[in-house]
This record gives sequence, C-alpha cells and structure tokens, in this order.
Amino acid sequence: MSSTDETPGAEVELAADAAPAETEAAAAAPAAEPEVVREPDELRDGLIQRLTELVGDAVVETHVLPGKDLWVRIRPDAWATVAHSIRFTMGARYFGFLSAIDWMPSPFGRSMDSDVDRRVHGFEDKPLPAQTTGYAGGDTRFQVFARVANIKEGWGITLKVDVGDESPTIETWTKVYAGADWHERETYEMFGINFEGHPGLRKIYLPGDFEGNPLRKDFPLLARMVKPWPGIVDVEPMPSTGDDEDDEAAGDTADSTAESAEGTS
Amino acid sequence: MTAISDRQKLAYIAAQAADARVNVELETEGMILNMGPQHPVTHGTLRIVARLDGEQVISADPVMGYMHRGYEKLVEVRTYPQVTTLINRIDWLGSFANEVPFILAAEQLMEIEAPPRAQWIRTILFELSRISNITLFLGDMAAQLGALTPLFFAFRDREFVLNQIEAVTGGRFHPNFDRIGGIKDDLPKGWLAETKSAMVKMRSFCDEMELLVLGSEIFEARARGVGVIPADVGLQYGLSGANIRASGVDWDIRRDNNIGLAYDQIDWKVWTHTDGDSFARFWVRLQEVREATHMVDQLCDGLPKGPIMAKVPRIIKVPAGEAYVATENPLGEMGYYIVSKGDLTPFRVRIRTASFNNVSIAPWILRGVYVPDIVTILASLYFILGDIDR
Repeated sequence: MSSTDETPGAEVELAADAAPAETEAAAAAPAAEPEVVREPDELRDGLIQRLTELVGDAVVETHVLPGKDLWVRIRPDAWATVAHSIRFTMGARYFGFLSAIDWMPSPFGRSMDSDVDRRVHGFEDKPLPAQTTGYAGGDTRFQVFARVANIKEGWGITLKVDVGDESPTIETWTKVYAGADWHERETYEMFGINFEGHPGLRKIYLPGDFEGNPLRKDFPLLARMVKPWPGIVDVEPMPSTGDDEDDEAAGDTADSTAESAEGTS
Repeated sequence: MTAISDRQKLAYIAAQAADARVNVELETEGMILNMGPQHPVTHGTLRIVARLDGEQVISADPVMGYMHRGYEKLVEVRTYPQVTTLINRIDWLGSFANEVPFILAAEQLMEIEAPPRAQWIRTILFELSRISNITLFLGDMAAQLGALTPLFFAFRDREFVLNQIEAVTGGRFHPNFDRIGGIKDDLPKGWLAETKSAMVKMRSFCDEMELLVLGSEIFEARARGVGVIPADVGLQYGLSGANIRASGVDWDIRRDNNIGLAYDQIDWKVWTHTDGDSFARFWVRLQEVREATHMVDQLCDGLPKGPIMAKVPRIIKVPAGEAYVATENPLGEMGYYIVSKGDLTPFRVRIRTASFNNVSIAPWILRGVYVPDIVTILASLYFILGDIDR
C-alpha cells in the first residue's frame, strides 16, 4: 500500500485532497461549491471518509448516488490491502461478486442506431466511438470490479480497479474472501485477466482447449456474424414516430398502458 | 433441540475419528469418485470429482460448464425488453423472480418507478415463484434421502401455484411478464380469490411435509449435524438466502434493502435457524414457503387500484450509468449489474446469481464428509444448474 508508484501518484494526491473536501462541503453547505451538486449522503460520505483514513491515498476516485449506492476506485497495487481493510476493519464480511469490464467499444456488427452494417461495409465507414468509462472513472481498457457488503450496517460498496490494456494483471482476493476463488477463475477465462497468487487459476466453464476470452469486446459473437441484429426489426422507425408528444399527451392510462405493453413485447 | 444436535455431532466426530484410525492402521488406498454430470442430486448437469479415502472425502471439486450459455455476452446484443426473455431461463423454477431485479436496475437507471399496483402484482408473482420453486426443493431433498413420496406430493401441489402463474402470464415456467415501468397485463377476473384458495392448499402441503419429512427419524439422522456452515465462512463465500439464514444470520434483502417491491407494506417475519446444518436449511425453507403463503394472502387483500404501467418511451433507451439491484430470489441474492452507455442495448451486464456463490462453498464443506453426505449437503444447499452456469 505504501509503495510509491510514480504514475498514479499525482492523481492520488488530488483525489485524497478532494475526497475530504467534498465530504466537508456536503456536510456544511451543499451550495458552497458548484462542483458538489449532488445531495449529501451521510452514510456513504462517512464510508468514504473512513476508507480514506484507513487506506490513505489508495482511494483514487469515488462516486456516490445519494441514498442508493457507492463506487470507489482503488489504486492497483493496493487492491488486496484495501479488501483486507474493508473486510476486517469496516466489517464488509459479505462477498457479493467479482468480475470485470472491457471498456473498448465493440468493433463488430452495426449498432442498433446506425443505418449500415459495419461488418458488411467494412470497419472504416464509421469510426469507433472513443473509449469511455463509467462511475469513478478509469484509465485502462480493462477494469476489475467487485461488490462487498456489510449486512449489519446495511451498506454495499462497488470497488473498481484498473488492470491494464495488454496483459491485465491484478492481485488475488482469495486470501481475503475465500469466495472470490470461482469468480476470479470466471473472470480469468472470460476476460483473460491474470490474478496473481490465485491457488488454482484455470478455466471454470469452457472446455480446456477453448481459445479466446469470450467477454472481451473484440471476441465476435458468431450468432451475430451469421445473422446480424434480428432485434433491429423491433426498433425500426415506425410510421407514427415523431409524434411522441401525442403519446405523452394522451393522458388516458388504459390507452398508454396498452400501447407501451405493445411496444415492449 | 440443541442437545440432540450436539450429541449427534459428537457421535459423528467420534465416528470420523475411528474411521481415520482404521484408515491409518490399514493403510487404505484412495480412489476418485466421479458423480455426474448426470446425477439426480444436481438439478442439471454438475459433476463432482471427489477424492476418497475409504468412505471419506479428502477433496471434492465441482466441475461445471455443461450448461454454460453465455448470457452475459448474449444480452450485450439485445435490447432491454428482449433481455427478459433470456434471463427467464437462468433459474427456471422461479423464472419470474429472475426478471424483477433486471427490470428494477433498468428502472433505476431510467429514473422511473412502476405504479403501486404494478409493484404489488410483481410482489405477488415473485412470492408465487418462490413458493413453486421451494416446494419442489422440499420434495426433492426428501427424495435424495430416500423418501420418494414427498417428491410426488410436491409435484402435485406445485401445480396449484403454477396454474395461478399461468392464469396471469400465460406461461407456467417462463412468464416474461415484467416490463420496464410496470407489468404486461392486469390480473384476470376472479384470480385473487383463486390464489387465496391455492394458498390454503399450499399451507396444508407445508403441514404435510412437516409431518412427513421433519418428523421422520431417518431424515433427522441423515440431515442433523451434516454440512455445518459457520456464519462467517458462509458470508465469505457469499452465501445468501435460506443457506445463510440457516446459519443464524438474520438478513433478508426483502426486509433490509427492499427496492421497488411491496414488502415494506405487509406484515411478515424472517425465519432463521442457528444450527447451520442441512436440517436447518430444510427447516428454514419450509418456514419460508409457509410465510410466503401468508404474504400472498395479505398482498391479495391489500392490492391497490390504479394503472399498471408508468409512462415509458416507446423505444427504450437507458441513460448512461451503472446500477446494481439485487432481490431475494428463491435461491438467494440475485442481482444485475448493468453498465449502460445510453444505447438500446446494455454495454455490460454482470449477472450475480445465488447458486454460483452457494455452490462455491462445496469444496470447503465437502472436505472430510462421508460419501452419502455429499448428496445430503448438495441437496440442502439447493442450486439450479442454470443459475450456476448462466
């Protein structure tokens, strides 16, 4: 945890500074800083504060949905240490799940919105959208995320960590949460993420000679290569599209119910 | 109750120790026992590779993937309304319950809420799924231990509930009835009264099972003290539902983290047991079925009037964001972690199923037990293969 890593160092300082400031501002006066637009959430702000006190600059970024949920991004080299603190000091004894996200935009098929199938017309006609990340940010293509909960105090927390682009690697959680064993095996085979120190990192679902990592975005879904996007039929612009206002204006509940049921079935 | 259980535990430990001594004296050779992929206890195709020393298991390794369908990849190329058809097939015995957390997560991202009547009907169907699902468990667990009669009772009485589900949704097992913003249709005429009479039948089924199974000495001898899970180990492995409540953890998502369902408006109780063994898991599930019938009664009585669908756009695009919503499904905590980029399809969906975590404790809990106890323990953990493999 205390090992100094040069690259994330600068950000970490920023984040460590920002997190207490944010909580103070939220507690004192919500309107003081224009950056803090969300409502204060005592429980989750308190959790961030406790976590920051425990693990210091290992907390890179946080995101709170007031009254609902909490996301925290952890510095990669502190991944297992933070899990240890969260389980033994903060009491999150319940292990929910662990998995990964591939943030690369899918290069296959046409998206539901586009007019042409990019697989048929070649990849060049529409450039891939830029890679974006979700709550609590991220710098790399692959992110591992896990959810743990303290069932006594009734909160859950989603922890995220950047694991790299080319040969993603991260420390194992199995020494902290024994249940992470199978989840890490699944993530290993589906995303090709290597978990250092895992006692038996091998395939869990797929046959032993299977090649590739199916949940990576650049792994083609063969069913879609044969017959692209059957779903497009349901969402083609209907003759009535454009008068959405009419739909909304039609206040009769029975009508709108029937229509929306139709539209979704 | 505890006195008997302690005595039996001691007897079990003594027997194990005696067996170990015999093994040391006779220098028995180990063997590998392969259970499955087709085995009556596995509710699908799960294989257990157990290394044995005499009658005892040294290590057991579950092998799965015979039914892996890749739902997490498939939902990435389907629109949100299409996804519910797929995820119905995860836990096929309680399929309506599979749809609800996904819909709730999507609703959380879209910041819409289903009208009260839709929430109540969802809750009724959710509990009916629970009853039909666990009813089968009650019969099945007894069947694993050699009593075949309860299984036929379970199949017979489950029909009352399935008929009610079919009357609303049109499907016995795959309703595909939940929609973003509400539900597909309203209840048919006279359904509430029929459901309440079905609940009366299910309560008498529970009484019957209590006499038949819990009152059986053979069942007690085979289930008491077998497969004890301490609370802390269970939590570490992410056990949920009746499995963790049987270990004395008073935790139920329906009560403690209820999102978008009507559980907070009715009067009910969370059942726990302190023993943590196979018997306790059976007992807790039996109580839960009976509790669920009372819940359905209350829900039928207090069903509010009003619309069943909120205002939702014709073409559903979910705003960018992330959401995790879990519900207390028949098998335990089931949740969907949705990552949306504002498209018609989800960018990534992580399906957190109860059985995957519940079975991941198997290597730990099967170490050192006798061969016949493998069947008891696996049956009492209660998993559905579709729920493990997804």
